[in-house]
Amino acid sequence: MIAKSGSKRWVSAADAAARKAGVRVGMQAAKAQALFRGLLMVDADPAADAAALERITLWALTQYSPIVAMDAPDGIVLDTEGADHLQGGELPMVTKISNQFLAKKLTARVAVADTWGAAHACARAISRETVIVPSGEIARAVERLPISLLRLSEKTVGDLQTLGFKSIGELANTPRAPLTLRFGPEVGRRLDQTFGRTSEPIDPIRTPELIGVSRAFAEPIGAAETINKYVGRLIVQLIEKLQKEGLGVRRADLIVEKVDGTRQAVRAGTAKPARDVAWLTKLFKDQTEKIEPGFGIEKLTLVAVMTEPLEDIQKSSSLVEEEVTDMTPLIDIFGNRGQRVYRVAPVASDVPERSLGRIHAASDPVEATWIHHWRRPIRLLARPEQIDVMALLPDHPPVWIMWRGKRRKVQKADGPERIFGEWWQRCSEYEAVRDYFVVEDDAGERLWIFRSGDGVDPETGSHRWFMHGIFA
Amino acid sequence: MSATRDQVLADLRERITSIEGDGVKKAGCLPFGVPDIDAVLPGGGLAHGALHEFAGGGSGTVDGAAAALFAAGIAARTKGQIVWCLTRPDLFFPALAQAGLPPRRVIFVESDKEEDVAANMEEALSYGGLGAVVGEMVRLPMVVSRRLQLVAERSGTIALAVRRWRRQTEASDFGQPTASTTRWRVSVLPSEELPVPGIGRPRWFLELMRSRAGECAEFEIGACDDKGRIHLSAGSRDRANTSRGSLYSG
Repeated sequence: MIAKSGSKRWVSAADAAARKAGVRVGMQAAKAQALFRGLLMVDADPAADAAALERITLWALTQYSPIVAMDAPDGIVLDTEGADHLQGGELPMVTKISNQFLAKKLTARVAVADTWGAAHACARAISRETVIVPSGEIARAVERLPISLLRLSEKTVGDLQTLGFKSIGELANTPRAPLTLRFGPEVGRRLDQTFGRTSEPIDPIRTPELIGVSRAFAEPIGAAETINKYVGRLIVQLIEKLQKEGLGVRRADLIVEKVDGTRQAVRAGTAKPARDVAWLTKLFKDQTEKIEPGFGIEKLTLVAVMTEPLEDIQKSSSLVEEEVTDMTPLIDIFGNRGQRVYRVAPVASDVPERSLGRIHAASDPVEATWIHHWRRPIRLLARPEQIDVMALLPDHPPVWIMWRGKRRKVQKADGPERIFGEWWQRCSEYEAVRDYFVVEDDAGERLWIFRSGDGVDPETGSHRWFMHGIFA
Repeated sequence: MSATRDQVLADLRERITSIEGDGVKKAGCLPFGVPDIDAVLPGGGLAHGALHEFAGGGSGTVDGAAAALFAAGIAARTKGQIVWCLTRPDLFFPALAQAGLPPRRVIFVESDKEEDVAANMEEALSYGGLGAVVGEMVRLPMVVSRRLQLVAERSGTIALAVRRWRRQTEASDFGQPTASTTRWRVSVLPSEELPVPGIGRPRWFLELMRSRAGECAEFEIGACDDKGRIHLSAGSRDRANTSRGSLYSG
C-alpha cells in the first residue's frame, strides 16, 4: 500500500510477506522497491478506507455497544461498559469480535481497557489478537509502550523522540510544566486521558437514517421517577416516528448525557420488531435503576439503532381461533436481563445427548417431537459416569451396580436397548454400540445405565458400564 | 333453623372472600382427575393463581427427578405456554414429551444465579396468559414465596416450585414455612409388578405435607402417563391424617 503526501510516496501498509522482505511502514516507496524486486504496490485509497471503517463502525453499533465511534484512521472505539455481559463477559466478547473479523479474512487487534487512550495504545502494540487490561492496571500496561501510541501529532512525537523520550512511562514521569511550555497543553491532556485522570467522552456515530428522539432539560434531572417519566415520553415519540416509516425496533439505545460531560448508555433489544409502547417501556424501566444520574442529567436521547419493517397485520377474530398469548415481550425481558432463553427441539439422532438442540425462544414452534418406544429418563447426566457392575455377558442386565460409592442391588431391569454410534459424526463411532438398560434398585430408584459395546465384539466398545440418567 | 344458619354462614363466607380477594382473579382449580386426591384439596384440585411446592424424597432431594416429572405432568394438563426457570440444565426433554408436554409449549429460562430463578418466575407469573410457570430452586425463603404467591394470585397463573438441593442433608430446609398454597413430596416406589420380568409403570409415594385450608394426606400413585395424568396405584389407600412419619423422609 503506497500513500502520497505531496510529492512524497511512502509505504502506508505492508502485508506479512512484505514485512518479511524488510519493508516497513513509513519507508519511502522507492526504497521499498529497491529492497525487493517485483514488489506489488497498490495506491492507497483513504476515502474508501474511511467508508469501510464507517461501515464496520455502524455494524459494531448494532452488535456490541450503544456508544461506538470511529477512531480514525484505522480503528473503532466501543464503550462496552454494561454491554459486555450480554456477550457473556469481556473475554468471550473480544474473542467473538476477533473471530468475526477472522471469518471475513481480516485481522483485528482488540483491547479492553479503562480508558480510550489506554485501549488505543494497547490494541496497536500487542502481537496477540486480544488483550484485556484489568481495571486499575493502566499504568502498568502502558508505561513501556512507545510514545507514538499516545495520539499526538507526528511532529510532537518526532520532537519528543529527539529529546530522548521513548516510552509513555518516561513521559508521564517528567515534570509537566516544561513539557507544556515546549509543546503546548496537548501532551499533558493526552497523558491524562490515557491514565483516566480526565474524562474523554466518546461521541457515538450517527447516520441520517437512524431514527432518534431526544430531550434536553433546562434543569438537570436525577430522580428515578422523573427519568422514567421522560423515558416513557421519548418512547411514545419514537414510536410515532417509527409508525410513519413502517418500521419496528429491534434494538434501541437510551443515551444519558450528564452535567459533568460523561455519557451512559442503556440498550434494549427485542426478538421481533416491536412498535408497542408498553413493551418498550417495560424493557427500559427494567434498566433505569442502572442509570447513575450523578450531578444530574442534561439530555436524554433515544435512538432505534436497528430497525426492521413491521407492517400492520390483520388479526383473526378471537371467536374463530383460540387466542394464543404472544410470548415475545416476555422473552425480551429475560433476554435483556442476560438470562439464556431457549426452547428445545428434536434432532434426528438416536444418541441421547445429541437428540435435542436448543433453538431461539422466539422462533417458530416446532411441531415434531420424539418418538420413543422406550421410556426416557427425566434427568440426563452431563457426562456418563463410569460405574462398577456385576453382569452376565452378553446381554443380561447387571445384578448389582455401584454408583457414586453406593452399591445398589438390581431388583428389576429392562433392556437392552441397543443404540449404534453415528459414523457420519465421528470415525471413532464407526462400530460403536451402547446397550442401554433401565434398572430398578430395591428402594425403587430407577436408573438408566449402558454398557459401551455389545458384550461380544471388543471392536464395538470397551465393555465398561456407565450411568447416564435418572428416571422418576 | 339450619337453613337460616346456612344462609348466615354463606353470607359471612362471601364477605370474607370479598375482603380477602381484593382484586384477585377467581381462577378456579386444576383437578387431578383422581377423586381421592381431589377430595382432599380445597376447591377440588390444585388452585390456579397459587404457588405449589414439590420436592423429592430420599435421593430425589438432589436429582429432583420425580418432583420435576410430577410438576411437568401438572403443567401438561394446563392450557398455554409453560415457562421453566432453572439453573442446572440437566432436564432431558424427551421424558417431558413422554409425560404429555410437547417441546413447542415450553420456554426455558436458564440463569447463572439461584436468586434469578425466583425473579424470572415472578416476571413470568406477572406476564399472565401462561399455562404454568415452573422453577427449579434450592432456597425458597418466606419473603420470596410470599411474593410469588401474590403475583400468582394477581395473574391467575399456576406457579410450581420444584425444590432441589445440592446435598441430601440440606433437604431439612423443606420444613421451613413458606407461603405456598400446597406442598408436596414425591418419592419413588418400586414399580408395579408385571407378570413377566421387567419394569412396570413407575409408582410414587405422594405426600401432601401442607395444604392451606385443607388437611394433609398421603397417597400411593402411578406415575404420569402420556397425558400427564396420575392414577391411584392398585392396593393403596388414602392414608389421610396418619400420625406416622413419612416412609421416605429426606
